[in-house]
Amino acid sequence: MTALDYFVLLGTIVGISIYGMWRARGSQNLNSYLKGDKETGWGTIGLSVMATQASAITFLSTPGQAYESGMAFVQNYFGVPLALVIIAAVFLPIYRKLNVYTAYEYLGRRFDSKTRLLGAGLFLLQRGLAAGITIYAPAIILSTVLGWPLDLTIIGSGAIVILYTVSGGSEAVNVTQKYQMAVILLGMIAAFVVLIMKMPAGLGFTDMLRVAGGMGKLQAVDFSTNPDKRYTFWTGMLGGTFLSLSYFGTDQSQVQRYLSGASLRESRLGLMFNAVLKIPMQFFILLLGALVFVFYQFEKPPVFFNQTVWQAQANGANGAKLLSLKKDFATVHAEKKKEIESWLAAKHSGDSAAELRARTEVMSAQKRSDELRAETRKTLLAADPQAQGNDADYVFITFVLDYLPHGIIGLLIAVIFAAGLSSSSSELNALGSTTAVDFYKHVLRKGASDAHYVAASKWFTALWGVIAVSAAIFANLVENLIQAVNILGSIFYGVMLGIFLVAFFLKRVGGSAIFFAAIAAQLLVIAGYFTLTISYLWYNFIGCAACVLFSVLLQGFFGSRGNSGNLQTA
Amino acid sequence: MKRAPGQFSSGETEAPNLPGFRTWRAVYIFVFAFFIFCVVILAILARAFA
Repeated sequence: MTALDYFVLLGTIVGISIYGMWRARGSQNLNSYLKGDKETGWGTIGLSVMATQASAITFLSTPGQAYESGMAFVQNYFGVPLALVIIAAVFLPIYRKLNVYTAYEYLGRRFDSKTRLLGAGLFLLQRGLAAGITIYAPAIILSTVLGWPLDLTIIGSGAIVILYTVSGGSEAVNVTQKYQMAVILLGMIAAFVVLIMKMPAGLGFTDMLRVAGGMGKLQAVDFSTNPDKRYTFWTGMLGGTFLSLSYFGTDQSQVQRYLSGASLRESRLGLMFNAVLKIPMQFFILLLGALVFVFYQFEKPPVFFNQTVWQAQANGANGAKLLSLKKDFATVHAEKKKEIESWLAAKHSGDSAAELRARTEVMSAQKRSDELRAETRKTLLAADPQAQGNDADYVFITFVLDYLPHGIIGLLIAVIFAAGLSSSSSELNALGSTTAVDFYKHVLRKGASDAHYVAASKWFTALWGVIAVSAAIFANLVENLIQAVNILGSIFYGVMLGIFLVAFFLKRVGGSAIFFAAIAAQLLVIAGYFTLTISYLWYNFIGCAACVLFSVLLQGFFGSRGNSGNLQTA
Repeated sequence: MKRAPGQFSSGETEAPNLPGFRTWRAVYIFVFAFFIFCVVILAILARAFA
């Protein structure tokens, strides 16, 4: 990193944060603080919803996933369009009609107070845990890049997001997200262009795709019905739809974004913006990872991308073995590169036999290369069981730092930072709002002034910020950051969605039935997670289905005694 | 018996006001059609370069 990189990074991040605080100055009533006075247009909503979901984890982990396992992860997003259409057509008009601050406020009106608190509590538990990972992810990378202590990086990035989220509320979050998303898109396009330019001379775009596809990195759609497979068309359509329906429809960090719309039309169009662009955007990020894989077929990659872990062990007891593995890896890479060049030459000359032979050699070399990487990982973990065994999160950032020009490096670090801040700000905004509206205003302090609740919201937002920063400081990196967040979501989201689906569509089910059904379904999902080996996406479906089924059965038991609630429709 | 929330008649029934789309139903159909287009393109891409 040079002065130019620091200038781009700090100018972008600090500039956007200050602008957001300035734009949201004077937001002093609860409506403007939590909903931005409902003046937001569809473009801002669309970018804000996109920025909330696309965290730093998206830009660190996703290219690494494509590098390691190909593009199958895109299927995780196949449920997004259907889910967003259902939310725009069914959920959104009801939220707007009832003029709620939080999604859980609706549960209180439809069922009863305990169900509202259960929904809000599940959200706080799930999102509160995830908020720590959201801050941790960019901090671990930035600390590696900048050489800063990890704790200081977490505290620094946490302080920035707490400052502008607390001071400006929902409007500051929306405004900053719009510009953060612009920086993210600009940065990713710049990385893509530079990556193409850095490829070997004479290697056309078609050849790049041929290498990626031939080595199994472009397999994006898998119609397999094997339930043990994590990403298939069916897990994406079923589990992905339930996950998206739950995330976009019942998670306050998203609901708060589109509740700020100036009208139903603006909110709906903001959602449709995401329904159309989400899959192409994820495809683009994964393609970037697949092309980084192609790039590293011609430029020697490190045998293990997390160089901090590697360096720590290279001089230790297993140093000789690690250096031997590195040497073997370099030899295999050189052979593989030669065979890829032969493969492409045979393809261009139309020599099918030579093409097949070279390609077989390439696949054989790739297998040996993968085995050497796995052996390296095993050796590193044997020496230090606490070390990060999965280096996929470091693939893209290693490429950025080693091959992008100065200025662009600063921009890409700003992308990671901006993505982290945009997600964190939505989370803190939602956690603070839910605590203030669903617990403090609803249970602890009824009938206070608007100014009092705004102050309470600010204090709760700051408190959740401190909790998230503390969780990030004490977090150990799990195998893959993006999967960790999705697994956490899948455990809680299914039941949450079940509660809302019953609220929307099963009018006979009352508060007590849904309350106990939700608790039973949540326990079932947690038990399933620790005992079954199925893809985590299925828990969205299982949790939701169990919650709906249990509520119908329990309603039969409770009868009209279990009905409560005071739905105000006017 | 409570009214089902889904039975509300929303006070906000604005049209999408987008060129070529007179109703929200048309917007939703476009979204589904675009999704199918994306899946087909992804499948073709994988097959073409496998």
